[in-house]
Amino acid sequence: MAECFTTDNGDKNKLNYYIPFVLIPLAILVYFFLEQGVDFLVYGIFQMDKSAHLTEAIRFFLYDTPKVFILLTVIVFVVGIIRSYFSPEKTRKALEGKPLFIGNVMAASLGILTPFCTCSAIPLFIGFVESGIPLGVTFSFLVAAPMINEVALVLLFGLFGWKTALLYASTGLLIAIVSGWVIGKLKVERFVEEWVYEIKAGDFQVEERKVTFNDRIQAGYTAVVDIVSKVWIYIVAGIAVGAAIHGYVPENFMASIMGKEVWWSVPLAVLIGVPLYSNAAGIIPILQALLEKGASLGTALAFMMSVIGLSLPEMIILKKVIKLPLIIIFVSVVATGIMIVGFLFNLIY
Amino acid sequence: MKIEILGMGCATCNKLEDTVRLAVSEMGIDAQIDHVKDIKQIMTYGVMTTPALAIDGVIKAAGKLPSLADIKQMIGNK
Repeated sequence: MAECFTTDNGDKNKLNYYIPFVLIPLAILVYFFLEQGVDFLVYGIFQMDKSAHLTEAIRFFLYDTPKVFILLTVIVFVVGIIRSYFSPEKTRKALEGKPLFIGNVMAASLGILTPFCTCSAIPLFIGFVESGIPLGVTFSFLVAAPMINEVALVLLFGLFGWKTALLYASTGLLIAIVSGWVIGKLKVERFVEEWVYEIKAGDFQVEERKVTFNDRIQAGYTAVVDIVSKVWIYIVAGIAVGAAIHGYVPENFMASIMGKEVWWSVPLAVLIGVPLYSNAAGIIPILQALLEKGASLGTALAFMMSVIGLSLPEMIILKKVIKLPLIIIFVSVVATGIMIVGFLFNLIY
Repeated sequence: MKIEILGMGCATCNKLEDTVRLAVSEMGIDAQIDHVKDIKQIMTYGVMTTPALAIDGVIKAAGKLPSLADIKQMIGNK
């Protein structure tokens, strides 16, 4: 469930256009010299004891905080620009008349890129159904849109490395495609509220003015301001948790309950994660703590996916347009997909 | 003039209503402001993202919260 990050602050001055081309290379430069800089600060200037836990914790915090914020700002900015090329209306047009499997693949991929927030879930759902897009394809979109988001990717990349981020994105996409396809095969049309089919949607005629590249840059800025102002506190908290437990809590403390030898850890993580709702940034501190202390990657990823991909508030919203059996099918199919991914990772790693 | 806010009661939708009311009062114009919360009615406009803003039945913005200045401009151009 993505939140509504759509404020148009409308302050469009010419200077905007040039700033990113200076700031982004600068940020990348800082990013690459960050570790050396922090080491110099901690060991060179503060003269801290290399072997102390406290030093390790402070170094971790000082290095990871700017690193994650640089990554976050740059990626959110770029994604904000990319998203300005997409809209739910365009996505619907692209999906119209596509057969089941190809439709699922496209819907899941477009789900990542289309700007979407949960308050629009119902109009979007009806809009899709109205134009004859199969339910299975619609669900692929609804699974991918919240599950794979740029904040989650940045944080996974920054804190756990590119492999974890890539695994998350690719398996998330796979779950969205396959669950949508399965739901499509189950012939669930009868579980959609009848009135949805009766709605005769009007033609959408927004008065489009020409979108300039400057507007897109502006969209990037808006995304950065909106997202960073909402998630920064979670990120700082997450890194602080990471730093604090870095060396303090006994290693492998979690391994006995969330390690890969414990087969039921994955279903348990999903069971706990589904009703919980948090944004991607809020879940990172927990993930950090779990992984650091010996929880296995599969279990931790399954937990994160179930928290941000499936949520009670979203189900309550969807309940207005679909009947309970379909909600249950939807949750079970996606939860099963998440569990399979969890087991698979525990098996591989 | 009839201004409609299309939204199902989300936080952003309420913020849009507040901004529209502010714009109208600052401009000192006479307008009827409705917050349309019924999904069937919202769908007759064909929008797929909320909140949306319709002035005299024409969608001016959808899926975002326009700034006060933008809203004033939308009203002013009418």
